[in-house]
Amino acid sequence: MTGIVFDKVWKEYGSHVVLERIDLDIAPRSFVALVGPSGCGKTTFLRMLLGEEKPTRGKILVGGAPLKAEPDSDRGVVFQRYSVFPHLTVLANVMVGREFQQSPFLGKLFGRRRREAADEAHKLLEAVGLKGHEDKYPTALSGGMQQRLALAQALNRKPKILLLDEPFGALDPGIRADIHVLIRKIWNENDLTVVMVTHDLSEAFRLGSRVIAFERPRNRPEELERYGATLDDLSLAEAMSKAGASITRDFEVWPKKVAGPLPDIAKQLDQTSGEARS
Amino acid sequence: MRLLNLKPDRTWSFALALLPFLALLIAYTMGSAIRLAENPNDKLLPGFNSMVEAVKHYALQPDARSGIYLMWNDTASSMTLLLSALAISILIALVFGIMIGLLPVMGATFGPVVAVMSMVPPLALLPILFIIMGLGDAAKITLIVIGTTLKLIRDVALRVGDLPREQLIKAQTLGASTWQIGLRVVLPQILPRLIDAVRLEIGPAWLFLIAAEAIAADSGLGYRIFLVRRYLAMDVIIPYVIWITLLAFLMDLALRLLQRRAFPWFAGARAA
Repeated sequence: MTGIVFDKVWKEYGSHVVLERIDLDIAPRSFVALVGPSGCGKTTFLRMLLGEEKPTRGKILVGGAPLKAEPDSDRGVVFQRYSVFPHLTVLANVMVGREFQQSPFLGKLFGRRRREAADEAHKLLEAVGLKGHEDKYPTALSGGMQQRLALAQALNRKPKILLLDEPFGALDPGIRADIHVLIRKIWNENDLTVVMVTHDLSEAFRLGSRVIAFERPRNRPEELERYGATLDDLSLAEAMSKAGASITRDFEVWPKKVAGPLPDIAKQLDQTSGEARS
Repeated sequence: MRLLNLKPDRTWSFALALLPFLALLIAYTMGSAIRLAENPNDKLLPGFNSMVEAVKHYALQPDARSGIYLMWNDTASSMTLLLSALAISILIALVFGIMIGLLPVMGATFGPVVAVMSMVPPLALLPILFIIMGLGDAAKITLIVIGTTLKLIRDVALRVGDLPREQLIKAQTLGASTWQIGLRVVLPQILPRLIDAVRLEIGPAWLFLIAAEAIAADSGLGYRIFLVRRYLAMDVIIPYVIWITLLAFLMDLALRLLQRRAFPWFAGARAA
């Protein structure tokens, strides 16, 4: 179980304050949606969580321990674009995580270990609905399928935290609805804390168990330099009506959403693949 | 219909492509005929017959003194130098280019020196190379390597920098080490782009080779051209130039085919 704690985190670039005084406690297995206008620092927030950016002040704790200062396999990520490797087939894209783990020098597996990794990848691809596309290259897939692939790839290393950076922003509404079902299923069935950046409020409230709004309380041009965004946990109505809020509150989406009990995923996958065969 | 919407089909494209070549050929034939009509011994624009004779003499008959087929011998010697130099260049460019492009520490260390060195005109270094390394093949290979490597390094480093940041982050979240990222994420994506860069460097590579051969050599295509220049032997020079052009063109074609065959994903990725 991996909770995330932001303890008085500030982020500044030179004299430009992006985020100020972020105090946040994210419960294990919650689905946090970050919303806010462009340039409000929600992506900076995610990048800090990724380990790509360091907080200027304050600290981030994951499961009680300080966050590793670089991206690592305990945190999976899906970006809006460029999340998959264009030079690898769909199957190889999913397998590559296992290959990085088990083959430090060549980064490539052979023989029995390769077959095991491939079996595992096949199961993941089936779970995200990409069965039958294993030998294609990502550019031959539609945008929605590429994001499904990116999810399967990210889940391969069984991360405790899944970070989503506007992952469905470029998708058509119909495809987006399908992939929403998938991401909720993934969240529900795995030991996973999800943090998602989105600019779509309805998506945030549909998926998130908690919605956090980033806003800059001071918006005058001369103030933008010196005051960063702060946190606001808001209900949908409040988020719509409030423009320059600066109060930090905890708000849980109602009705309360809680991830389901952890099923034995391996067993479940075996069952579904068994059904598919029979 | 507007001119910009007029698209030739395959047959027309082929015919149109032939047109400038034919025009060149006709212009030469006419010029040659006019000059030869005035003076049958004119050497400047030899007729096709004499060029064919010269090629027969150089390519199909062994040299009277040494017993070797001069044109094939020249070709083999030039191509050996050119290809070994390009192979060395490509290897150096891959290693340094990827390091400079991927690792900020290496970029800070070697980026500026490569940028400065790539501005040194390689031909100005030729005398130094001849002095240090003698007049043999080593100096010529080194000249080509110096002339092409630095640009290739810069190109590879830029291409590595062009790779989306998201991919490198993603690889790290999959647990990849720096070495694994270099080997499995960067290298395979750089290779097809390197082919593009090498295609552009084929021209300069020939330039440096012929320049070096012109000054000091005992065989090679450039050497032969500059040797027979003394006798105004245009009937040899022109076929040699055409042959060199053809070789360079075939190298370019081979690289393009290699890119398409070996990296089937690349066309799609480049379009995206």
